[in-house]
Amino acid sequence: MQANSDTAPPGTAAPERLNEAGLRRDGRLERLALFGLASPAMLLILVILVIPVGWLFYVSFLGADGSFSLENYERMISRKSYARIFVTTFQVSLLTTGICILIGYPLAYFMSQLPDRLANIALITVLLPFWTSLLVRTYAWLVLLQRQGLVNDWGISLGLWEEPLKLVHNMTGTLIGMVHIMLPFLILPVYGSMKAINRDLMKAASNLGAHPRRAFWDVFFPLTMPGLSAGALMVFILCLGFFVTPAVLGGGKVIMVSMQIVRNIELFVNWGAASALGVVLLVLTMAILWIASRFLKLENLAGGGHG
Amino acid sequence: MTEPTKDALPITVRNVTKTYGPVHALDDVSIDVRSGEFLTLLGPSGSGKTTLLMVLAGFTRPDCGSLRFGDDEVIRTPPHLRDLGMTFQSYALFPHMTVAGNVGYPLKLRKRPKAEIAERVAKALDTVQLGGFGERRIDQLSGGQRQRVAVARAIVFEPRILLMDEPLSALDKKLRDQMQIELRHLHEQLNMTTVYVTHDQREALTMSDRIAVVNHGRIMQLATPRDLYERPANRFVADFIGESTFLDVTRGDGGVAWNGMALKTAHAVPEAAELQLMIRPERIVLRDGPVGGMNTFEATATDVVYQGDSYLLHARLADGTRIALRGPMRGTAALPEEGQAVTLGLAPEDTVVIDASEQ
Repeated sequence: MQANSDTAPPGTAAPERLNEAGLRRDGRLERLALFGLASPAMLLILVILVIPVGWLFYVSFLGADGSFSLENYERMISRKSYARIFVTTFQVSLLTTGICILIGYPLAYFMSQLPDRLANIALITVLLPFWTSLLVRTYAWLVLLQRQGLVNDWGISLGLWEEPLKLVHNMTGTLIGMVHIMLPFLILPVYGSMKAINRDLMKAASNLGAHPRRAFWDVFFPLTMPGLSAGALMVFILCLGFFVTPAVLGGGKVIMVSMQIVRNIELFVNWGAASALGVVLLVLTMAILWIASRFLKLENLAGGGHG
Repeated sequence: MTEPTKDALPITVRNVTKTYGPVHALDDVSIDVRSGEFLTLLGPSGSGKTTLLMVLAGFTRPDCGSLRFGDDEVIRTPPHLRDLGMTFQSYALFPHMTVAGNVGYPLKLRKRPKAEIAERVAKALDTVQLGGFGERRIDQLSGGQRQRVAVARAIVFEPRILLMDEPLSALDKKLRDQMQIELRHLHEQLNMTTVYVTHDQREALTMSDRIAVVNHGRIMQLATPRDLYERPANRFVADFIGESTFLDVTRGDGGVAWNGMALKTAHAVPEAAELQLMIRPERIVLRDGPVGGMNTFEATATDVVYQGDSYLLHARLADGTRIALRGPMRGTAALPEEGQAVTLGLAPEDTVVIDASEQ
């Protein structure tokens, strides 16, 4: 800072760069300390994620005789059952995502229009299932949906249908359970992006002559797209690797990749085949994320606002 | 432009009341906005000025009352059918559209042909001095530029009424001063009845044909800026607009009296139980001694502040009342010193007595 009057008297040499080395060292130490904070977590990730995945990757290239081979991958292409498993996996994931959007978007919209206090209560209600064990929720659905379950009992006694409906151990049950578990993952980012929309924007659209429905599609919906696509992506990717719920509610009729992995190990003790499936699933997921990242801002996945 | 120029519309508000629980946001408000007029709603925050604007725009549903644009009753017309231009305090520009997308949106809704939209958007952007900015994204614009886009979007469909909700409050002072002049020019150019909301009295005085001072959901006074400043109808308006010193006075023969001293006034004294003399700091002057024809006050200087273009003198009158005086700085005239006795003069034309009873 050089003020007009209070500078060094003329004739003094340009001052040396004071404390330069010390200041640089302080900066380096600060960065190191920050890195130190992250190191326990990074060590953990290395031990429980990077090393096992690396080992899986290695095992997937071992044949039955323990030598290098592509047979685990060839099997996936040659056997029809594997193709069917992948088709089912994508089908279930897409349907779950679609139903979550149809149910979650209007709910998030409703919540975003509530006064703050009610909105917080609604938000807690949405989050409540998160604090209950996944297994408990899944078995609860089994109890509710079975032949003599609560839903069938009530439906018949109310005269809505005559014979018990097949609600579980099939695609219907799988979807009901998965949608229930995935819904918060969709609602939260969508709700976040809706709350971030300045309410004046809808007023402005209306003032400029837009019917409320037109204003919704022209202004509101496009501004919720980042949240909606982030939520949908998250649900879809979580569905791809989902195990417990489809295993329990699908009753062995809905076989997804994760279940085939378990079967390969428990039934056939074939670690190579299981690993290869895991690798394919991982690569597919990463590919989808990579493609999505070219169109979307993925920081929305972490629950940030839009824009 | 392709459509014939429309005439400005007068706005008639009759007996509009809006309550939020026990609070009267608007309390039986009636007001006439003349066609083509620039009328400002001025008031402190929570006074009801924004509520009144929102009733005009159709975003707030009043409990009762009538609202006419020209001859048409519109109190139950939904906002999208009112055909009003409006700018918002937050600008409310659509972040996912370009500048041209924003400005062209009202024309798109009115199903104008593409070529006409492009032409009118370009013209509106020229009007607000943003020619060539059409393809910019909103987040690439400065606050002042956003304000201009908001104005362009509000005028592009040639509404006959323009509403502005504190449009300049987010801008820095220099830009605000400049935009005030520009908006004023724009108003003269476009012939739209304009209702402008602000809490900034200087802005209101600068821009308006008439100002409605609002408080507690009621119109305290509706008058030209000069009348409002020089002849306020009540204590609230006198207090809210400008700075003043108030002295309790009583009715005397031919004028009023303060502490037994008769004061001459050139204006009528209101018929009211309680009267006050309103003294503006720039209307009272420093005198060397009593001057014939002027009301004079003896006082003691307590504080003298040099402010470049002027000086501010705080003094205490004989009864202890503090009074402020603002004088021009010229030449090398010595300023009074603290503690010095001073004589203050107030011309009868500047001796304004107000009704202090109602609040």
